[in-house]
Amino acid sequence: MANQQSNSANPNLNLEYRRKQNAEEMKHQVITFSMMIFFTLIAFAMVAMETISRWFIIPVILLLAVIQVIFQLYYFMHMKHKGHETIALFIYSGLTVGLITVLVFLTIVWL
Amino acid sequence: MHVEEKFTDATWPAAPETATLEGKNKYLGFWLFLGGETVLFASLFATYLALKDKVPDSGMLLAKDLYEIPLTFAMTMILLTSSLTSVYAMYHMKNNSFQKMQAWLLITVLLGFSFLALEVYEFKHYVHLGHTFTSSAYGSAFYTLVGFHGAHVTFGLMWFLSLMLRNAKRGLSLYNAPKFFVASLYWHFIDVVWVFIFTVVYLMGMVG
Repeated sequence: MANQQSNSANPNLNLEYRRKQNAEEMKHQVITFSMMIFFTLIAFAMVAMETISRWFIIPVILLLAVIQVIFQLYYFMHMKHKGHETIALFIYSGLTVGLITVLVFLTIVWL
Repeated sequence: MHVEEKFTDATWPAAPETATLEGKNKYLGFWLFLGGETVLFASLFATYLALKDKVPDSGMLLAKDLYEIPLTFAMTMILLTSSLTSVYAMYHMKNNSFQKMQAWLLITVLLGFSFLALEVYEFKHYVHLGHTFTSSAYGSAFYTLVGFHGAHVTFGLMWFLSLMLRNAKRGLSLYNAPKFFVASLYWHFIDVVWVFIFTVVYLMGMVG
Protein backbone atom coordinates (compact mmCIF):
# COMPACT_ATOMS: atom_id res chain seq x y z
CA MET A 1 0.00 0.00 0.00
CA ALA A 2 3.02 2.22 -0.26
CA ASN A 3 1.97 5.53 -1.67
CA GLN A 4 4.75 6.77 -3.89
CA GLN A 5 4.39 10.43 -4.71
CA SER A 6 5.99 12.32 -7.53
CA ASN A 7 9.03 14.15 -6.21
CA SER A 8 10.67 14.86 -9.52
CA ALA A 9 11.26 18.42 -10.67
CA ASN A 10 10.16 17.33 -14.11
CA PRO A 11 6.84 15.46 -13.77
CA ASN A 12 6.83 14.43 -17.43
CA LEU A 13 10.11 12.58 -17.06
CA ASN A 14 8.72 10.91 -13.97
CA LEU A 15 5.58 10.01 -15.92
CA GLU A 16 7.59 8.28 -18.61
CA TYR A 17 9.43 6.25 -15.97
CA ARG A 18 6.18 5.29 -14.22
CA ARG A 19 4.51 4.28 -17.49
CA LYS A 20 7.46 2.03 -18.21
CA GLN A 21 7.26 0.54 -14.73
CA ASN A 22 3.53 -0.11 -15.11
CA ALA A 23 4.06 -1.72 -18.52
CA GLU A 24 6.80 -3.89 -17.01
CA GLU A 25 4.48 -5.00 -14.22
CA MET A 26 1.72 -5.75 -16.73
CA LYS A 27 4.15 -8.00 -18.61
CA HIS A 28 4.74 -9.94 -15.38
CA GLN A 29 1.00 -10.26 -14.90
CA VAL A 30 0.62 -11.77 -18.37
CA ILE A 31 3.42 -14.25 -17.59
CA THR A 32 1.64 -15.15 -14.34
CA PHE A 33 -1.56 -15.66 -16.28
CA SER A 34 0.07 -17.98 -18.83
CA MET A 35 1.52 -20.05 -16.00
CA MET A 36 -1.91 -20.29 -14.39
CA ILE A 37 -3.40 -21.48 -17.68
CA PHE A 38 -0.53 -23.98 -18.03
CA PHE A 39 -1.19 -25.45 -14.54
CA THR A 40 -4.91 -25.65 -15.31
CA LEU A 41 -4.17 -27.53 -18.53
CA ILE A 42 -1.96 -30.04 -16.67
CA ALA A 43 -4.67 -30.62 -14.04
CA PHE A 44 -7.40 -31.20 -16.64
CA ALA A 45 -5.16 -33.34 -18.86
CA MET A 46 -4.24 -35.62 -15.95
CA VAL A 47 -7.89 -36.22 -15.14
CA ALA A 48 -8.84 -36.63 -18.83
CA MET A 49 -6.23 -39.38 -19.36
CA GLU A 50 -8.05 -41.70 -16.94
CA THR A 51 -5.01 -43.98 -16.58
CA ILE A 52 -3.17 -42.39 -13.68
CA SER A 53 -3.90 -43.58 -10.12
CA ARG A 54 -6.21 -41.32 -8.11
CA TRP A 55 -3.72 -41.36 -5.20
CA PHE A 56 -1.26 -39.61 -7.47
CA ILE A 57 -3.71 -37.27 -9.26
CA ILE A 58 -5.44 -35.84 -6.18
CA PRO A 59 -2.36 -34.50 -4.36
CA VAL A 60 -0.90 -33.15 -7.62
CA ILE A 61 -4.02 -31.24 -8.70
CA LEU A 62 -4.44 -29.88 -5.16
CA LEU A 63 -0.85 -28.66 -5.25
CA LEU A 64 -1.43 -27.04 -8.67
CA ALA A 65 -4.53 -25.30 -7.27
CA VAL A 66 -2.55 -23.96 -4.29
CA ILE A 67 0.18 -22.60 -6.60
CA GLN A 68 -2.46 -20.94 -8.78
CA VAL A 69 -4.05 -19.30 -5.76
CA ILE A 70 -0.67 -18.03 -4.57
CA PHE A 71 -0.15 -16.44 -8.02
CA GLN A 72 -3.61 -14.96 -7.90
CA LEU A 73 -3.12 -13.49 -4.39
CA TYR A 74 0.46 -12.26 -4.73
CA TYR A 75 0.42 -11.04 -8.34
CA PHE A 76 -3.14 -10.29 -9.43
CA MET A 77 -4.16 -9.07 -5.97
CA HIS A 78 -0.81 -7.33 -5.34
CA MET A 79 0.07 -9.02 -2.05
CA LYS A 80 3.71 -9.09 -3.16
CA HIS A 81 3.84 -5.30 -2.86
CA LYS A 82 5.08 -3.58 0.28
CA GLY A 83 2.68 -2.74 3.09
CA HIS A 84 0.53 -5.87 2.92
CA GLU A 85 1.36 -7.24 6.38
CA THR A 86 -2.06 -6.60 7.93
CA ILE A 87 -3.74 -7.92 4.81
CA ALA A 88 -1.64 -11.09 4.99
CA LEU A 89 -2.74 -11.48 8.63
CA PHE A 90 -6.41 -11.22 7.59
CA ILE A 91 -6.24 -13.67 4.73
CA TYR A 92 -4.01 -16.21 6.52
CA SER A 93 -6.25 -16.13 9.60
CA GLY A 94 -9.19 -16.84 7.31
CA LEU A 95 -7.29 -19.66 5.63
CA THR A 96 -6.26 -21.19 8.97
CA VAL A 97 -9.82 -21.24 10.32
CA GLY A 98 -11.02 -22.54 6.94
CA LEU A 99 -8.44 -25.32 6.83
CA ILE A 100 -9.32 -26.47 10.36
CA THR A 101 -13.00 -26.52 9.39
CA VAL A 102 -12.29 -28.69 6.35
CA LEU A 103 -10.06 -30.98 8.43
CA VAL A 104 -12.76 -31.39 11.09
CA PHE A 105 -15.49 -32.16 8.57
CA LEU A 106 -13.28 -34.74 6.88
CA THR A 107 -12.14 -36.51 10.04
CA ILE A 108 -14.36 -36.25 13.11
CA VAL A 109 -17.69 -35.71 11.32
CA TRP A 110 -19.09 -38.92 9.92
CA LEU A 111 -22.42 -39.81 8.39
CA MET B 1 -4.39 15.61 -2.14
CA HIS B 2 -8.17 15.66 -1.82
CA VAL B 3 -10.81 13.54 -3.54
CA GLU B 4 -12.19 16.17 -5.90
CA GLU B 5 -8.79 17.32 -7.14
CA LYS B 6 -8.32 17.33 -10.92
CA PHE B 7 -5.31 15.42 -12.14
CA THR B 8 -3.20 15.28 -15.24
CA ASP B 9 -1.40 12.11 -16.31
CA ALA B 10 1.75 13.42 -14.65
CA THR B 11 0.16 14.33 -11.31
CA TRP B 12 -2.06 11.23 -11.07
CA PRO B 13 -0.66 9.24 -8.12
CA ALA B 14 1.14 5.95 -8.77
CA ALA B 15 -1.22 4.12 -6.41
CA PRO B 16 -4.51 6.02 -6.79
CA GLU B 17 -6.44 3.35 -4.86
CA THR B 18 -4.61 4.15 -1.62
CA ALA B 19 -3.76 7.82 -2.17
CA THR B 20 -6.56 9.02 0.14
CA LEU B 21 -7.28 7.93 3.70
CA GLU B 22 -10.70 6.71 2.59
CA GLY B 23 -9.09 4.60 -0.12
CA LYS B 24 -6.59 3.13 2.36
CA ASN B 25 -9.36 2.22 4.81
CA LYS B 26 -11.49 0.74 2.07
CA TYR B 27 -8.59 -1.39 0.91
CA LEU B 28 -7.82 -2.71 4.38
CA GLY B 29 -11.47 -3.25 5.28
CA PHE B 30 -12.08 -5.10 2.06
CA TRP B 31 -9.30 -7.57 2.80
CA LEU B 32 -10.80 -8.18 6.24
CA PHE B 33 -14.04 -9.00 4.43
CA LEU B 34 -12.15 -11.36 2.10
CA GLY B 35 -10.69 -13.13 5.15
CA GLY B 36 -14.27 -13.70 6.33
CA GLU B 37 -15.33 -14.86 2.87
CA THR B 38 -12.51 -17.41 2.97
CA VAL B 39 -13.99 -18.90 6.15
CA LEU B 40 -17.48 -18.88 4.62
CA PHE B 41 -16.39 -20.75 1.50
CA ALA B 42 -14.17 -23.12 3.51
CA SER B 43 -17.17 -24.23 5.57
CA LEU B 44 -19.19 -24.78 2.40
CA PHE B 45 -16.30 -26.82 0.97
CA ALA B 46 -16.09 -28.80 4.21
CA THR B 47 -19.84 -29.52 4.08
CA TYR B 48 -19.59 -30.57 0.45
CA LEU B 49 -16.65 -32.90 1.13
CA ALA B 50 -18.45 -34.50 4.07
CA LEU B 51 -21.69 -35.01 2.10
CA LYS B 52 -20.24 -35.87 -1.32
CA ASP B 53 -21.99 -38.88 -2.89
CA LYS B 54 -24.28 -39.30 0.14
CA VAL B 55 -27.49 -40.26 -1.67
CA PRO B 56 -30.58 -42.02 -0.28
CA ASP B 57 -30.73 -44.83 -2.85
CA SER B 58 -28.18 -46.57 -5.02
CA GLY B 59 -29.89 -45.69 -8.30
CA MET B 60 -29.06 -41.99 -7.96
CA LEU B 61 -26.29 -40.27 -9.88
CA LEU B 62 -22.97 -39.65 -8.11
CA ALA B 63 -20.28 -37.04 -8.74
CA LYS B 64 -18.38 -39.16 -11.29
CA ASP B 65 -21.58 -39.75 -13.32
CA LEU B 66 -22.51 -36.07 -13.42
CA TYR B 67 -19.44 -33.93 -14.04
CA GLU B 68 -18.04 -33.54 -17.54
CA ILE B 69 -14.63 -32.20 -18.49
CA PRO B 70 -15.53 -29.98 -21.51
CA LEU B 71 -18.05 -27.79 -19.66
CA THR B 72 -15.91 -27.36 -16.54
CA PHE B 73 -12.89 -26.64 -18.70
CA ALA B 74 -14.74 -23.95 -20.68
CA MET B 75 -16.02 -22.30 -17.49
CA THR B 76 -12.54 -22.36 -15.95
CA MET B 77 -10.90 -20.77 -19.00
CA ILE B 78 -13.57 -18.06 -19.20
CA LEU B 79 -13.24 -17.12 -15.53
CA LEU B 80 -9.42 -17.21 -15.55
CA THR B 81 -9.36 -14.96 -18.62
CA SER B 82 -11.79 -12.54 -17.00
CA SER B 83 -9.35 -12.29 -14.09
CA LEU B 84 -6.60 -11.17 -16.51
CA THR B 85 -8.89 -8.65 -18.26
CA SER B 86 -9.63 -7.02 -14.92
CA VAL B 87 -5.88 -6.79 -14.30
CA TYR B 88 -5.67 -4.93 -17.64
CA ALA B 89 -8.44 -2.61 -16.45
CA MET B 90 -6.47 -1.76 -13.29
CA TYR B 91 -3.33 -1.26 -15.36
CA HIS B 92 -5.14 1.43 -17.35
CA MET B 93 -6.54 2.92 -14.15
CA LYS B 94 -2.99 3.41 -12.89
CA ASN B 95 -2.13 5.10 -16.21
CA ASN B 96 -5.13 7.42 -15.81
CA SER B 97 -6.79 6.19 -19.03
CA PHE B 98 -10.43 5.97 -18.09
CA GLN B 99 -11.87 4.84 -21.43
CA LYS B 100 -9.48 1.93 -21.73
CA MET B 101 -10.26 0.88 -18.18
CA GLN B 102 -13.99 0.94 -18.97
CA ALA B 103 -13.40 -1.12 -22.13
CA TRP B 104 -11.47 -3.83 -20.24
CA LEU B 105 -14.08 -3.88 -17.51
CA LEU B 106 -16.75 -4.38 -20.15
CA ILE B 107 -14.84 -7.39 -21.51
CA THR B 108 -14.56 -8.72 -17.94
CA VAL B 109 -18.32 -8.32 -17.46
CA LEU B 110 -19.09 -10.07 -20.75
CA LEU B 111 -16.84 -13.00 -19.80
CA GLY B 112 -18.53 -13.12 -16.40
CA PHE B 113 -21.95 -13.32 -18.03
CA SER B 114 -20.86 -16.15 -20.32
CA PHE B 115 -19.53 -18.03 -17.29
CA LEU B 116 -22.89 -17.54 -15.59
CA ALA B 117 -24.80 -18.70 -18.67
CA LEU B 118 -22.78 -21.94 -18.71
CA GLU B 119 -23.45 -22.45 -15.02
CA VAL B 120 -27.20 -22.01 -15.50
CA TYR B 121 -27.06 -24.50 -18.38
CA GLU B 122 -25.11 -26.94 -16.18
CA PHE B 123 -27.58 -26.73 -13.29
CA LYS B 124 -30.54 -27.16 -15.65
CA HIS B 125 -28.86 -30.20 -17.15
CA TYR B 126 -28.30 -31.77 -13.71
CA VAL B 127 -31.87 -31.07 -12.59
CA HIS B 128 -33.02 -32.76 -15.78
CA LEU B 129 -30.95 -35.82 -14.79
CA GLY B 130 -32.60 -35.91 -11.36
CA HIS B 131 -29.79 -34.29 -9.36
CA THR B 132 -31.59 -31.46 -7.57
CA PHE B 133 -31.21 -29.36 -4.43
CA THR B 134 -33.63 -31.61 -2.53
CA SER B 135 -32.82 -34.98 -4.12
CA SER B 136 -30.00 -35.83 -1.69
CA ALA B 137 -27.63 -34.42 0.93
CA TYR B 138 -25.02 -34.50 -1.82
CA GLY B 139 -27.31 -32.38 -4.04
CA SER B 140 -27.92 -29.81 -1.30
CA ALA B 141 -24.21 -29.48 -0.53
CA PHE B 142 -23.28 -29.25 -4.22
CA TYR B 143 -25.82 -26.57 -5.13
CA THR B 144 -25.09 -24.56 -1.99
CA LEU B 145 -21.34 -24.44 -2.65
CA VAL B 146 -21.37 -23.92 -6.42
CA GLY B 147 -24.53 -21.78 -6.26
CA PHE B 148 -22.97 -19.51 -3.64
CA HIS B 149 -20.03 -18.99 -5.95
CA GLY B 150 -22.43 -18.28 -8.83
CA ALA B 151 -24.22 -15.73 -6.65
CA HIS B 152 -20.86 -14.08 -5.96
CA VAL B 153 -20.21 -13.90 -9.71
CA THR B 154 -23.64 -12.31 -10.21
CA PHE B 155 -22.98 -9.81 -7.45
CA GLY B 156 -19.55 -8.99 -8.90
CA LEU B 157 -21.09 -8.36 -12.31
CA MET B 158 -23.71 -6.02 -10.84
CA TRP B 159 -20.96 -4.27 -8.90
CA PHE B 160 -18.81 -3.70 -12.00
CA LEU B 161 -21.79 -2.59 -14.07
CA SER B 162 -23.04 -0.10 -11.51
CA LEU B 163 -19.55 1.38 -11.08
CA MET B 164 -19.11 1.66 -14.85
CA LEU B 165 -22.49 3.30 -15.38
CA ARG B 166 -22.34 5.53 -12.32
CA ASN B 167 -18.93 6.92 -13.24
CA ALA B 168 -19.29 6.85 -17.05
CA LYS B 169 -19.41 10.64 -17.36
CA ARG B 170 -17.28 11.48 -14.34
CA GLY B 171 -13.99 9.97 -15.42
CA LEU B 172 -11.39 8.84 -12.93
CA SER B 173 -10.84 10.57 -9.61
CA LEU B 174 -9.38 9.65 -6.25
CA TYR B 175 -13.00 9.28 -5.15
CA ASN B 176 -13.82 6.39 -7.48
CA ALA B 177 -10.40 4.83 -8.13
CA PRO B 178 -10.51 2.83 -4.82
CA LYS B 179 -14.03 1.68 -5.71
CA PHE B 180 -12.89 0.24 -9.04
CA PHE B 181 -9.84 -1.29 -7.40
CA VAL B 182 -11.79 -3.01 -4.62
CA ALA B 183 -14.31 -4.40 -7.14
CA SER B 184 -11.44 -5.91 -9.12
CA LEU B 185 -10.05 -7.47 -5.92
CA TYR B 186 -13.46 -9.04 -5.36
CA TRP B 187 -13.38 -10.41 -8.89
CA HIS B 188 -9.97 -12.00 -8.31
CA PHE B 189 -11.25 -13.54 -5.10
CA ILE B 190 -14.13 -15.12 -7.03
CA ASP B 191 -11.52 -16.63 -9.31
CA VAL B 192 -9.53 -17.93 -6.31
CA VAL B 193 -12.65 -19.71 -5.06
CA TRP B 194 -13.31 -21.13 -8.52
CA VAL B 195 -9.78 -22.60 -8.70
CA PHE B 196 -10.66 -24.67 -5.63
CA ILE B 197 -14.14 -25.50 -6.95
CA PHE B 198 -12.89 -26.85 -10.26
CA THR B 199 -10.14 -28.81 -8.50
CA VAL B 200 -11.94 -30.10 -5.40
CA VAL B 201 -15.49 -30.45 -6.74
CA TYR B 202 -15.13 -31.21 -10.43
CA LEU B 203 -11.71 -32.77 -11.03
CA MET B 204 -11.63 -34.73 -7.77
CA GLY B 205 -15.27 -35.68 -8.40
CA MET B 206 -14.39 -37.11 -11.81
CA VAL B 207 -11.40 -39.02 -10.45
CA GLY B 208 -13.75 -40.62 -7.91
